[in-house]
Amino acid sequence: MKRLLIRGGRVIDPAAGTDAAADLLVDEGRIVHVGPSLAPESAEVVDARGLVVAPGFVDPHAHLCEPGWEHRETIATGALAAAAGGYTTVCAMPDTDPVVDDPASVGFVVAAGRRARGARVLPVAAVSAGRKGEQLTEFGEVVDAGAIAVSDAGRAVRSSMLMRLALEYARAFGVPVLSHPEDTGLARGGVMHEGVMSTRLGLRGKPAAAEEIGTARDLALAEATGGRLHLQRVSTAAAADLVRRARARGVRVTAEATPHHLLLSHELVAGYGTEYKVDPPLRTPSDCGALCEALADGTVDCIATDHAPRTYDEKEQAFDDAPFGVVGFETAFAVLHTRLVLTGVLTLPELLARMSTGPARALGLAGGTLAPGDPADLVLIDTNAKWTIDPAAFLSKCRNTPFGGVEATGRVVRTLVGGETVWEATAAP
Amino acid sequence: MIRSSAALGKDLIGLEPLSRRQIRMILDTAEPFKEISERRIKKVPVLRGKTIVNLFFEASTRTRISFEFAEKRLSADTVNIGAVGSSVSKGETLVDTARNLEAMRIDMVVIRHWSPGAASFLAARIPSNVINAGDGAHEHPTQGLLDILTLRDHFSRLEGLKVCIVGDVLHSRVARSNIFGLVTLGAKVAVCGPRTLMPAGIEELGVRVFGRVEEAIEWADALNVLRLQLERMQDGFVPSLREYNRVFGITRERLEWAPRDLLILHPGPINRGVEIDSDVADGPHSVILQQVTNGVAIRMAVLYLLAGGAPDLAEAAKSGKGVRG
Repeated sequence: MKRLLIRGGRVIDPAAGTDAAADLLVDEGRIVHVGPSLAPESAEVVDARGLVVAPGFVDPHAHLCEPGWEHRETIATGALAAAAGGYTTVCAMPDTDPVVDDPASVGFVVAAGRRARGARVLPVAAVSAGRKGEQLTEFGEVVDAGAIAVSDAGRAVRSSMLMRLALEYARAFGVPVLSHPEDTGLARGGVMHEGVMSTRLGLRGKPAAAEEIGTARDLALAEATGGRLHLQRVSTAAAADLVRRARARGVRVTAEATPHHLLLSHELVAGYGTEYKVDPPLRTPSDCGALCEALADGTVDCIATDHAPRTYDEKEQAFDDAPFGVVGFETAFAVLHTRLVLTGVLTLPELLARMSTGPARALGLAGGTLAPGDPADLVLIDTNAKWTIDPAAFLSKCRNTPFGGVEATGRVVRTLVGGETVWEATAAP
Repeated sequence: MIRSSAALGKDLIGLEPLSRRQIRMILDTAEPFKEISERRIKKVPVLRGKTIVNLFFEASTRTRISFEFAEKRLSADTVNIGAVGSSVSKGETLVDTARNLEAMRIDMVVIRHWSPGAASFLAARIPSNVINAGDGAHEHPTQGLLDILTLRDHFSRLEGLKVCIVGDVLHSRVARSNIFGLVTLGAKVAVCGPRTLMPAGIEELGVRVFGRVEEAIEWADALNVLRLQLERMQDGFVPSLREYNRVFGITRERLEWAPRDLLILHPGPINRGVEIDSDVADGPHSVILQQVTNGVAIRMAVLYLLAGGAPDLAEAAKSGKGVRG
């Protein structure tokens, strides 16, 4: 493979804590050198003047819907849509049909991911066979087949005993248990946050306490077992605070938040718009504020999209009847940059850290750094580009975004995986 | 063509978005229509040539029949569609059902659906006028209006009137429509019932909460007693119907302690011996049947106004002039 020189950009490496104008030399798909004014012989040059060069984003939580739900997304369309959002690695949740819960189904995702152009696709296997919450999957075999973590994806492990066993058993294989923390009895039937908005609208609410009880339980089990816990989609102030205090005690926990939980609150459900129906539900404005603080102070160390494609017909229903979920790959950076970096909640290097280095470390993956020898998984960003989010232009098969029409500043213009450009903005935005 | 009345807009989805002036206008418009149902020939040509579809995805006897009487007494052509035995039960979506009806050139849809927001969902997607006849636990605006009309008949003023809604507020669209309407009109509103059946943040809607029904009786001018669905006991919201009647039931003994004569409303159907005893439901303070009578007048008023009728012409319209346009 030929050599590539990415020249003249502002190179931000959150892992090394560096942020400076520099050139970046790639050879055989790996980073070989980062430094000022490199002048190698015979390298293809990418002009990065005016652009930020950073490690490609790592999404710890995405639903690619294949096998079984190919009308929503496939591994191929998902990998490409991810690349268009600057992602170079996405972790595919196992809530497919059939469930990814054995070596063969893990192998299917690995193989389809290799065929796909775009972000690297890493499979997550189910914690329990069929996600039924009854019996552990064969962690050893699914990890050997390529699974990088286990999760029952969108469903809490109801039995505390099974969760304890999962945290203990996973230790030997070096993978984290990704948890959707929820007291399922308390949350049953809820379609939005329980509060004055659900009361006004007559919709059944999920109380914040349902998430907080689940979070407290999982933290207690992680503390007791020494297992590696990753909490998916923290959405309430109290849940974030539980994580903060547990980490101060030395519990091995990481946590993710989504752009929609950080930026949007339950008032938006007022018109019954199903693009605001997500799980966990959009919470109160003060929860959003607390979540942003937790993101800034590092309690929440990862941004996850929870990319969940749903077709037009599926979302074009009464609120109760529509499925949960929003797409996220192609909007995550732009909305967070616009609403958190440009408003001073986070610095740009901090945001980049939460989108690449944080998730890579949380799930024990390569990526999130620009050290020599690392795969050249890179994103080039025009932080000044102003554009309007147009769902019709998404590469994902689905358009179910709560950010349609948002005026955003900052746009991914090129994504490289292993030194190869897998996506590039065609026209100047 | 979007059909939008100057007075109310295109649809009646709930009382929450209505102003005091709009609610008063509906109540005032209902007054002249009350008399039509007392005539020997109960029909006026106000909605002659209009086609109205009653689209009931959820079983209803009282509300459906009340709407149908209102429509027929205004000379509209009506079609009733229930979920059972129609294309809805074959998996046709709500929006497809509505668009097919629309293609047959209808003027109005009255919809009852189990899903909160279903009426506004439909209203946003078809140009016909949409009237919400109950959407899940959200709103049932014509019920709220007929309750308020009945209160006004008896107390003549609503400002400062103390109304307590008793029972399962959590699952009740009737409670929500009453709360929104009465608060807008300046009444004092309270709710009373088991805390398990009070929705989160209910106080933020401008109501006070009584934990014991005795306190509510002492405070109120009128009680609107909600039906307790038997499923609530199976779901564990109340330990037993017997205890519910003992603690929250509206009984003659309890009313005897009231410092003033209380007006008793109930949206029906009644669970005798559960939320209300027969000697109260059938007693001198009960206006339950008057509510039913007022229901027809309120629905006539809403149909008339949404069809573009002018509020001040309702009296004249009765005697033969059709709706303009």
